[in-house]
Amino acid sequence: MNNTNLYHYILGIADNSLILGQRMGELCGHGPSLETDIACTNISLDLFGQVRSYYQYAAKIANDGRTEDDIAMLRKEREYVNVLLAEQPNTDFAYTMARHFLFDVYHFLFLTELQKSKDLTLAAIATKSLKEVSYHQRFSTDWIKRLGDGTEESHQRMQNAINDLWTYTDELFHQTDADKAMVAEGIGVDVTRLKAAYYDKVNAILEEATLSIPESKYFQKGGKKGIHTEHMGYLLTELQYMQRTYPNMEW
Amino acid sequence: MSEEQIRNLEAQFEERIARDEKIEPKDWMPEKYRQTHIRQMSQHAHSEIVGMLPEGNWITRAPSLRRKVALLAKVQDEAGHGLYLYSACETLGISRDELYEQLHSGKAKYSSIFNYPTVTWADMGAIGWLVDGAAIINQVPLCNTSFGPYARAMVRVCKEESFHQRQGYEIMIKLANGTPEQKEMAQDALNRWWWPSLMMLGPTDAESVHTEQSMKWKLKRKSNDELRQQFVDQTVPQADLIGLTIPDPDLKWNEERGSYDFGEIDWDEFWQVVKGHGPMNKERMKARVGAWEGGAWVRDAAMAYASKNAERKDKEAV
Repeated sequence: MNNTNLYHYILGIADNSLILGQRMGELCGHGPSLETDIACTNISLDLFGQVRSYYQYAAKIANDGRTEDDIAMLRKEREYVNVLLAEQPNTDFAYTMARHFLFDVYHFLFLTELQKSKDLTLAAIATKSLKEVSYHQRFSTDWIKRLGDGTEESHQRMQNAINDLWTYTDELFHQTDADKAMVAEGIGVDVTRLKAAYYDKVNAILEEATLSIPESKYFQKGGKKGIHTEHMGYLLTELQYMQRTYPNMEW
Repeated sequence: MSEEQIRNLEAQFEERIARDEKIEPKDWMPEKYRQTHIRQMSQHAHSEIVGMLPEGNWITRAPSLRRKVALLAKVQDEAGHGLYLYSACETLGISRDELYEQLHSGKAKYSSIFNYPTVTWADMGAIGWLVDGAAIINQVPLCNTSFGPYARAMVRVCKEESFHQRQGYEIMIKLANGTPEQKEMAQDALNRWWWPSLMMLGPTDAESVHTEQSMKWKLKRKSNDELRQQFVDQTVPQADLIGLTIPDPDLKWNEERGSYDFGEIDWDEFWQVVKGHGPMNKERMKARVGAWEGGAWVRDAAMAYASKNAERKDKEAV
């Protein structure tokens, strides 16, 4: 591979969309209303669309005969580098929306910067994805407000979800070696510089939703290094089922 | 209104339909027309919504990203069909909540085909090819049905169904031309979905209770048996083309009729599934009721938030 850092950098972006898309896909047909069901499926579709663009590009960079599907479905768990936040389960609709909200705010800031990448392919994917992610952010933000400032029950459920998922937010701003190398080349986004804007925005929306901002200063990390939560193995078991059971076939 | 006036209105109404005029929601209509349409359109909407489940079962396990995206889009289309069919139904003076209630209590029916399990990936191909294929045959004539909102909804539904059908057949082509294991998977799916697909076109004409009235109102243009024959004649060559075998030893071309003769359908199985005792009836209802009841707190929150917001706006206005 002539550009290992770029390859790993692309995976660092794409794996988040892959795992979030997979989680959202689990809900299809089981949403709290028909309209939300359609919206959630739409978000899953957008994320997988982005994933395909990224992995097709990664396959081109890797240039070792692997396809987008090989990269998506035939790595070992330790080789997936999505943030821990993305793989957290759909405990209830509040957890699902909180997970997406906490990611969407980051994703929007990240893609806005990635549009300026010197890598024209990444910049183009960022521009296209940003339109979709603006909608994702609006959708999840609206639900944070509705559930936070809805009924007593919904408020409590959303507060629980935010409290539990908060611990995974800090990892969004950790830099990997590939990140650092790509930032130096003007290709990557310096995520450490997004942190202040991220918490400003998240906190403002939580306040508007009458939710309290968690005070815990203890954060979890590991996803970016391939050390995942115990949920990940089961998610991958489904994702990889066909490729593992029927290797080397076309579908 | 006197009985004579009602008879006059009914006569005018039937004349309008005979002239191929569309009936719109605010037009006068006989009560039976309204009830029949609520029954058929809601049954159709419920079928779309319950139909999301067997295919939704494979979204997380789709074999490639391309297939995953296509399957997600397909199931999303079905939700969309459900949505505008429910909306069309609501124009007849019934709420979506009431329609759900009828589904959940078992009062309203949905297409029995969705009470069969999807056990392999090839079932995604077979459902698209056969189930959507049979659905199209049922639905294309409805694009010209007498009730305007239903006819207009069906134009869009049929376009998308036709795309789904090609997509399903394309999954089957790929499997049939794949490894022996893939071909076996495709044949197995055809074996399991063939007869339930024939049953989808409804009971034989002799047993069908609604046909005559439905013909008059253009809710039906051909009888169940005619539609079934059309489906068989259309599908057999498609199976031949990709080297799959229709699981019917009695299937043979009838030169005289210019159609295929085919074997006897197991109507006992059909009625068993219709009456709620198919392989997946309980699970499908459990999933629907579960999503509805489990989502109640979310819908309540949305309503509470909306009214708080409205109050806030009122205060600002003062």
